[in-house]
Amino acid sequence: MSNYRLMGEESLKALAQVALGHSCAEQTEVGIQGGYWALTRFANSTIHQNMGSENVEMHVRAVFGKKVASASTNILSEEGIRALVDRVVEMARLQDPNPDFVSLPEPTEQPRFAEAFSQATAESAPEERAQAVKALVEESDKVDATAAGSLFLRTYERAVFNSLGVNTYFKGTAASLTTVVTGPDGGFGYASRTRSDVRDIDPRAVGKEAAERAYNSRNPVDLEPGEYETILMPYAVATMVGALGWAGVHALPYQENRSFMSGKLGQKIVSEKINIWDDALDPRTLISPYDREGVAKQRVDIIKDGVASAVLQSSYTAHREGKKSTGHASGSNLIMAAGDASVEDMIASTKRGVLVTRFHYTNLAHLMTVTLTGMTRDGTFLIEDGKIVGPVKNLRITQSVLEALSNVEMIGRDVVMEEGVSAPAIKVSKFRFSSATEF
Amino acid sequence: MLGSFDARSFCEKALDEAKARGAQYADIRIVNRDNEAIVLRTGKVEHLDRSSSNGFGVRVLVDGAWGFSSSPKFTIEDAMRVTDEAVRIARASAMVKRKDVKLAPAHVFEGKFISDFDIDPFDVALDEKIGLLRDADEALRQNDKIKLTDCSMRFWKFDQVFASSEGAYIEQTKVETGAGFSATAIEGSEVHTRSYPSSFGGDYAAAGYEFVESMNLVSHAEQTAKEAVELLSAPPCPNGDQTLILEGSMLALQVHESCGHPIELDRVFGTESSYAGTSFLTPEKLGSFKYGSENVNITADATLTHGLGGFAFDDEGVPGQCVDIVKDGIFTGYLTSRETASELGQKSMGSMRADGWNRIPLIRMTNINLMPGDWDIDELIADTPDGIYAAGIKSWSIDDKRLNFHFATEIAWEIKDGERGRVFKNPMYSGITPEFWGNCDAVCNDEQWRIWGVPNCGKGEPPQSAHVGHGVSPARFRSVRMEGAK
Repeated sequence: MSNYRLMGEESLKALAQVALGHSCAEQTEVGIQGGYWALTRFANSTIHQNMGSENVEMHVRAVFGKKVASASTNILSEEGIRALVDRVVEMARLQDPNPDFVSLPEPTEQPRFAEAFSQATAESAPEERAQAVKALVEESDKVDATAAGSLFLRTYERAVFNSLGVNTYFKGTAASLTTVVTGPDGGFGYASRTRSDVRDIDPRAVGKEAAERAYNSRNPVDLEPGEYETILMPYAVATMVGALGWAGVHALPYQENRSFMSGKLGQKIVSEKINIWDDALDPRTLISPYDREGVAKQRVDIIKDGVASAVLQSSYTAHREGKKSTGHASGSNLIMAAGDASVEDMIASTKRGVLVTRFHYTNLAHLMTVTLTGMTRDGTFLIEDGKIVGPVKNLRITQSVLEALSNVEMIGRDVVMEEGVSAPAIKVSKFRFSSATEF
Repeated sequence: MLGSFDARSFCEKALDEAKARGAQYADIRIVNRDNEAIVLRTGKVEHLDRSSSNGFGVRVLVDGAWGFSSSPKFTIEDAMRVTDEAVRIARASAMVKRKDVKLAPAHVFEGKFISDFDIDPFDVALDEKIGLLRDADEALRQNDKIKLTDCSMRFWKFDQVFASSEGAYIEQTKVETGAGFSATAIEGSEVHTRSYPSSFGGDYAAAGYEFVESMNLVSHAEQTAKEAVELLSAPPCPNGDQTLILEGSMLALQVHESCGHPIELDRVFGTESSYAGTSFLTPEKLGSFKYGSENVNITADATLTHGLGGFAFDDEGVPGQCVDIVKDGIFTGYLTSRETASELGQKSMGSMRADGWNRIPLIRMTNINLMPGDWDIDELIADTPDGIYAAGIKSWSIDDKRLNFHFATEIAWEIKDGERGRVFKNPMYSGITPEFWGNCDAVCNDEQWRIWGVPNCGKGEPPQSAHVGHGVSPARFRSVRMEGAK
């Protein structure tokens, strides 16, 4: 049985034509996305949740002058599409004008390259997913631990058409394998991989990485909260860079003066060692060549050599500033540049410090300083005199990301993708741990 | 739901197919969800959206393991195909298991239920809804230091059928409504927001448009804007251990994070351990662990008529119930499913819910309530010589066993000699769950008790967002660690 259930470009175009042909709005946009996903979740070394789902949804935006409304449905019979268009046209007519709205986007040039489809991912069978989980679990068995996690496969297609001539189609696949291995003596270990092709993920390697970390973190001891030299593994750095994303790398919060970038363009905001950009075509991220308006995504340098450089624009925010959309009406693909250090170099150069694998349940306690609070999780270690001396119980961080990135001393040479953000490990001269917990 | 579509026959065919393929148990849910969102930001309707999603999901238990598959296609062939795939997925699950899934017995129900509402919000004219938000927005921006506003309404209607291989057949319709606003004052690097009635777009209930009308949005705009502006020049909340009185919406989130999540029995058994985490409330603590002071009484109540977390039946066909979670400070109960309840030799108390047709049900909060005490709020403040009164949700974080938490609130007031005084900005408080609830020395009475709706409770992979409720009245906590960002 195949999981490959994409309708294809021509079928999506035919559906869109029904909507565009039926609309009497001055401008009309039709977005269609569909596909199949399969998720195998496991815990206590048992598959406890195992799912598959297919769906296709149509989203229509209707424009009369500066009056805009949108609606969506997954009832894609001709009757269903006409009803959707009738509804959104009526809503747009009753809508108040938005003086900042100018137009739907015009067609843009094709992106330079975009390939993110794997037949192997699309056709992966339930038994293959179970086999992958079984292999991972066997690695955790070797350290008398249990494994939890998920294998999530997505096969998708997205098309955007509008009455100004936008006509885009893209299909892709994504596979993510994530695990937390729990040992009998209070040890936890995390590992994760995300790739387009499921064959590029070795479940045994993921299981081994997490199992080793769980073994090494058994019997953690208390550590007094305070400021420490800190090594942050790529999983943790990805969360910090992601926090910059929530806090305002898009133009809307920037324009509304509630972003850490507001009024700072051209100014140094972090260490000159730091370079962060958005590039949806970089193979180290999940490739996504168009935004939801069908605009080709551009690479945008957000922080260049420590200086605030630019923000991400949709057609709406770009029109407000008389600029062009960068293709960021939806999504971001943040990447932080690698350095030349190894984690071993970082440990060897640390007199007394902490190594953090990842964070749990982070949130912004203060927006303008991008102050992040959250807990360490799944492998936190004390370093003394250039060596890891042992695991410590989890600590709460309350730390400005901008301040941490200003105190960067070393940057790792390997970039890891985590939750859509690609980042290397870093070492910072000081990092604030505000309180402790019991495990 | 779908014109002349025969839902009962569709369900029966899928369930018969599941049994023929070897399922020990099977259920099917058909769900039609409509929602409407109107967001007016700083004088402009930026978002006006109506969406609907229809589909069905089949869950089967085969060889002691679960499988699930779902589709929006409603032909009998699709019902067969999806059911067959669910069975195949379940057999694959059985390749990696340590023990068989067992379900606690449950009564089998048939029936039809419609939630209580007066005015269908989807029938209210769009210009009336936009007009009300515009009036609130204009009232907020009377204050020229308010640079941003966010005024919104959201409505949902769920039509759902649940049928099981045991013979259950339940049809439910539920209408939910929410509205509110926030005002943001900006001056230099100072950015401060106040919300009404709560963050997350306001307050929500299992009710119709009458709930929006009851909020009197416009009449609360002036005070909300004034408080946001006051924060621009306020000193930071002082650091150190303080007596803290929490207002309702913030206390509702405190209950949510430090009680609602750790009593989910699937989480306790580790099924969320790689994602949202586990729980410190392990089974050996049931009936003896001192969760809080004797003032702390917490229930899980799906029967509260307008609570956002209420329902007639959960997504396993188990009736909504009210159970004690914490009684006189002692931990006494969990949120359970048929699978997890069987591990404790119990029956399910009915808390399994799925976020739509293409998600599997998980244990979700119903209405988790801190029951009222005896105090009048004015008497409580008068009884506090030195303390902090904090209100409004700003940020939240808690560790993966739900022990070490950290919350930031929108605003705080100093309490000095029993009176509420100057405003503090950027208040944050933190603690360890049982210590914090152990230091609860007063809970306000039922006159101040109300149910808050939370429409964005996240759990599971792929993420599922549940609509839950929390009944609370303000309460006082001693020796709370406070901080104030500059």
